[in-house]
Amino acid sequence: MIAIIDYGAGNTFNVQKAFDFLGVETILTSDPKVIDQSSALILPGVGAFKAAMDNLQAAGLVEIIKTTVANGKPLLGICLGMQMLFNYSEEYGQTAGLGLIPGKVVAIPDGDLLVPQMGWNQQILHNSSSVFKEVANQYTYFVHSYYAQTDPQYITSTVEYGVQVPAIVEHDQVIGMQFHPEKSGQVGLQLLKDFVEKVVTK
Amino acid sequence: MLAKRIIPCLDVDNGRVKKGVNFVNLTDVGDPVEIARAYEQQGADELVFLDITATNQHRHPITETVEAVSRQVFMPLTVGGGINTLDDIQALLRAGADKVSINSASVKNPDLISQAAQRFGNQCVVVAIDVKTDPQSGQKLVYTHGGQQATNLEAIAWAKEVVQRGAGELLVTSMDHDGTKQGFDVDFYRQLTAAVEVPVIASGGAGKVEDFAQVFLQSKVTGALAASVFHFGELNIKEVKDYVRSQGVVMR
Repeated sequence: MIAIIDYGAGNTFNVQKAFDFLGVETILTSDPKVIDQSSALILPGVGAFKAAMDNLQAAGLVEIIKTTVANGKPLLGICLGMQMLFNYSEEYGQTAGLGLIPGKVVAIPDGDLLVPQMGWNQQILHNSSSVFKEVANQYTYFVHSYYAQTDPQYITSTVEYGVQVPAIVEHDQVIGMQFHPEKSGQVGLQLLKDFVEKVVTK
Repeated sequence: MLAKRIIPCLDVDNGRVKKGVNFVNLTDVGDPVEIARAYEQQGADELVFLDITATNQHRHPITETVEAVSRQVFMPLTVGGGINTLDDIQALLRAGADKVSINSASVKNPDLISQAAQRFGNQCVVVAIDVKTDPQSGQKLVYTHGGQQATNLEAIAWAKEVVQRGAGELLVTSMDHDGTKQGFDVDFYRQLTAAVEVPVIASGGAGKVEDFAQVFLQSKVTGALAASVFHFGELNIKEVKDYVRSQGVVMR
């Protein structure tokens, strides 16, 4: 059973609906025991970094997530959930993240482009051996004002938005998607399926 | 590059899609799930659902529609019509909406915009603005209640105010152009998009594929919305996107 971590994030139900549609059983939970017994973790997220980390902390979930991942279980972070995988974010001061992938989260530069980035952007694949390689040249749906800066070795794909925005990141069995696979049509569903079939049951 | 969005709008009345829908191969022409799926197959980038009975009935049957659609169709869903309170917004987001569109209530109670933005984030707060030219002054004025009530708000000034209050996106309908099929009010959208730093969706006047290309090429709108031309099958979303792309606009 895949555990979707429930800490009050806004898009949790839609993430679960996408897995339901794929016929993949998930449980929405904040129970450390259930998380410990799950086959993989999904960390959703919408909103502000600090508030989300505070909620995770208050629910006593930070250590559980770190331990579960250290034991080799796959984790997929979505949108803000991906940003929380890194060491820290510069959103409203500096807030520590989960530190599961080396890197930091910074604001999208305020240039000619509107911030947040909101809409469908085209993926550029950088790691052709990734299980998510079919994302190459596909459009997925983004809503975000901050983006991750990390070593190229962790970057599977990017999109162009004034800067190169990491779209999929991978560090062993820890995966982050900056876009919303649960809102990215058939492409997004396929990526969730790839996670379940090629990462979780590997 | 971020793609420009083509957005069909569906009027929902007690769980059924109204207006004539003319899709091939739909077994139930009023079923929102089937229609949403058909639009998804044509390449729609986002769907807007407008609850046309909500205001008078003081209830939100559309939550069930949103719940059903979000189980089958995986793209951004915006829901509008009769939203007056934070609880209304909460219920729609929980049902599966990604954004809510506030129209009349934003004029009656502008604090709702700021409160909604603070509680749920700017990205899910769309303010819908219906605009009509005043015949005497020539000013573009804001109308509410489905275009029936005039206000003394000047459209661009109002747009700036709602953005300052936290609107993350504007859905702006030109009542002058709506229903004419003569194209979008491109000059107005050019002025508007120069004045605000949030995405603007143009609505009203689409009649042919060229109209979509024109509004994207001549203003900075990020999306174009239409209802009847898609409902009645006069235009197919795929043919619109193919044409707009051929004119050099980034389309998914």
